[in-house]
Amino acid sequence: MRKTLALGASLSVSSAYAVVLKVAGPWEISGIEPAQTGYVFSRLQVAETLVTTDKVGGLVPGLAENWSVSDDGLAWTFTLRANAVFHDGTPVTAETAAASLNRALAGVGVLSQAPIAEIASDGSDVRIRLTKPFSALPAYLVHFSAIILAPSSFDGAGKITQIVGSGPYKIKRLTPPARLELEGSGNWWGGKPGIEQVSYLAVGQGETRALMAESGEADLVFSMLPVSVDRLKANPNLDVRIATIPRTRILKVNAASPFFDQIEERRAISAAIDRIGITKVILRNADLAATQLFPPAMKGWNLPDVRPLGRNVEKAKELLAAAGWVPGSDGILEKDGKRFSVTMLTYSSWPELPPIATALQAQLRQVGIEAKVSVGNSSEIPARHKDGSLEMGLISRLYSIVPDPVGTLLQDYGAGGSDWGSMGWDNKEMQDIVEKLAATSDANVRAPLQTRAVEILQQELPSIPVTWSELAIVSSKRITGVEVDPLEVNYGLSSIRWAE
Amino acid sequence: MKKFFFARLLQAAVVAIVVGALCFVLMRVLPGDVAMRIAAGRYGPDARIAEAAEKVRLELGLERPIAMQFIEWLGSLARFDLGHSLVTGRAVAHELQVQLGASVWLAAAALLLSLLIGPIVGLFGGLKPGGVADRVCLMGAVTFRAIPPFVMGLILMLVFSRQLGWLPPAGFGSPREILLPALTLALGLAAMSSRVTRNAVAAVARAPYFAFARYKGLSEPVAVRRHGLRNAAIPVVSYLGLQAIYLIEGVVVVESLFAYPGIGHALVHAIVERDIPMVQGTALIMGLMFVAIGAAVDLVTLWLDPRVRRTA
Repeated sequence: MRKTLALGASLSVSSAYAVVLKVAGPWEISGIEPAQTGYVFSRLQVAETLVTTDKVGGLVPGLAENWSVSDDGLAWTFTLRANAVFHDGTPVTAETAAASLNRALAGVGVLSQAPIAEIASDGSDVRIRLTKPFSALPAYLVHFSAIILAPSSFDGAGKITQIVGSGPYKIKRLTPPARLELEGSGNWWGGKPGIEQVSYLAVGQGETRALMAESGEADLVFSMLPVSVDRLKANPNLDVRIATIPRTRILKVNAASPFFDQIEERRAISAAIDRIGITKVILRNADLAATQLFPPAMKGWNLPDVRPLGRNVEKAKELLAAAGWVPGSDGILEKDGKRFSVTMLTYSSWPELPPIATALQAQLRQVGIEAKVSVGNSSEIPARHKDGSLEMGLISRLYSIVPDPVGTLLQDYGAGGSDWGSMGWDNKEMQDIVEKLAATSDANVRAPLQTRAVEILQQELPSIPVTWSELAIVSSKRITGVEVDPLEVNYGLSSIRWAE
Repeated sequence: MKKFFFARLLQAAVVAIVVGALCFVLMRVLPGDVAMRIAAGRYGPDARIAEAAEKVRLELGLERPIAMQFIEWLGSLARFDLGHSLVTGRAVAHELQVQLGASVWLAAAALLLSLLIGPIVGLFGGLKPGGVADRVCLMGAVTFRAIPPFVMGLILMLVFSRQLGWLPPAGFGSPREILLPALTLALGLAAMSSRVTRNAVAAVARAPYFAFARYKGLSEPVAVRRHGLRNAAIPVVSYLGLQAIYLIEGVVVVESLFAYPGIGHALVHAIVERDIPMVQGTALIMGLMFVAIGAAVDLVTLWLDPRVRRTA
């Protein structure tokens, strides 16, 4: 590749691009453990999972051709494709798949959160035995930590030394943390990719990524900043695609604290928030104002009939007064001698969170609440959740960690709450609903349960939705076949071709 | 000379122990749970970090007494083993090889470019202090020094990448990709070194020996070559040493802007993620490089100035 690049320098710019599809995104490749950076290898189609998703989030075959569950819901069988081959030429067998999954089960990936008793192979089948019925199991197998790797990926001690997957691309060179160079594997079960050579560069700064697209130095660029999107849309050489993704920015509040233990207080916070203003100014798209927890793209989870969350400052003040809060001498509310003064913790891994926190601070001040913004590391939220000292956190929560949101809801709104979910909020009805949803895959049974779950979250507001999120992708007109995957499971590079 | 090398070796050993101990203590007294930070660094903010942190704590033995962990590090250091990164799992020495290598190339390219600009501009300014060339150089130096590196980088990207399409705005691995970040750093460095050179040249030009060279009938270029350059170079070389240190430790912004995988970028990540072996290894190598650069500057000065050599 170094030779290719050096050659590129002396050739005309356009001829250099005829060889390599250049991709830029914000994600650094900090290691090669699947639980750590498996998403890079699954999105760029180096490694595959047994089950994957289509562009609307439906489960479709990956390395497993089909799957079924026993009548009691406790035994799942995944039948592997007969023609799948790893990049080192060895066949993908049920034994290797089971070994990969057992390794994932012992680690920190999502599999350890499913009620799995045993993963074993049987002929060309992988059999997974559960301790209780769990309909979301195939969705859990979509997660990047469950990618299937060849035995040659590991050393004698079971430590991963290289990524030998089964996808259309194999790794030519990996230069952590910034560059990954790929080439067609030559033996993918799905055929030959449209473009043989791919180079991925991790570019942390959004503005630099935009300039890479504009200067023609990248053909496909992920995660554009809202401020760049309008400028890029006006560029005749570029296509901009935007999809809303199942990620919501929420205020995680400690519902056990004296500030948020009454529903009126949480509703007042919600009514004090100017979501339209925040989305218009900071995110440049007013449609992202989160009127409920789940965005419209999450069918069955976004309810058109639910009463939308909106701004009403007077109502917020009334609700706070009803909860016993009265304005003090400096305008900040007080109750039993305690000022309504809280710390709003956030982090800068998502660059838009600190400015949103500052806007929220000003809006809460209007109803007499003092919120002191503290920008730290993302790990502070779970740490402060754990030690009980978190008062309020502005976070970005992904609801498609596994393609079935039940996976995330089980974590977030189960008993005791969780790192990124509720805190000090125990709602037995919600816990029952989530448990029932996890146990059944019957759409007719699930629909009313989903509706009720959304209603409870909308009424009780254990997490206060602020804005939804979108993913903006820019591609050069030199390529065709680009599609946005809102679940960010697979970027479909193998379907991309050079434009004629 | 033997004494010189012995003193520098001793200095390097002291730097290694002091830097290692300081990093270890500082990383431990910083607020925030070490295992949580490492878990967030490894698995990203969407993971169940509290649960992952417990596994990290067990895996890395973070519960062991701190003194024992430090003694283990010293023992490994004595065997020239810097350990493994707690986040990536790779050997620290390997990580440093990649990232320090990239930084050294960037620093060398930036220094070279700044040498092509700064001292030459300074030479013209210093020969006739207060003249038109001198005043133009001063204005240029003030302007380029006043522009912060990230603004300079963005301006260069807009011009050379977006408008002209000549150079890539990000990446690494080829001369095309190193030019813009190196130029961003070089312009700021040249702004300063041009003034240091200008003052050194002006001082030399005022010196009696230079006046005598002119008086005895040498042409201006010959006088500059024989009696000016060597004398003016002494403060410039010392200043270049300082610039090299600044380059190695202070290019984080430029590395981040141009997606260049250098040591500054790596150190910031390691600190945020509490990757103690990486921080220790990086700081140690940087400390040793400072010792090496100091030694190199002294050696060049000795070579340039025979008076110092006689007293050394």
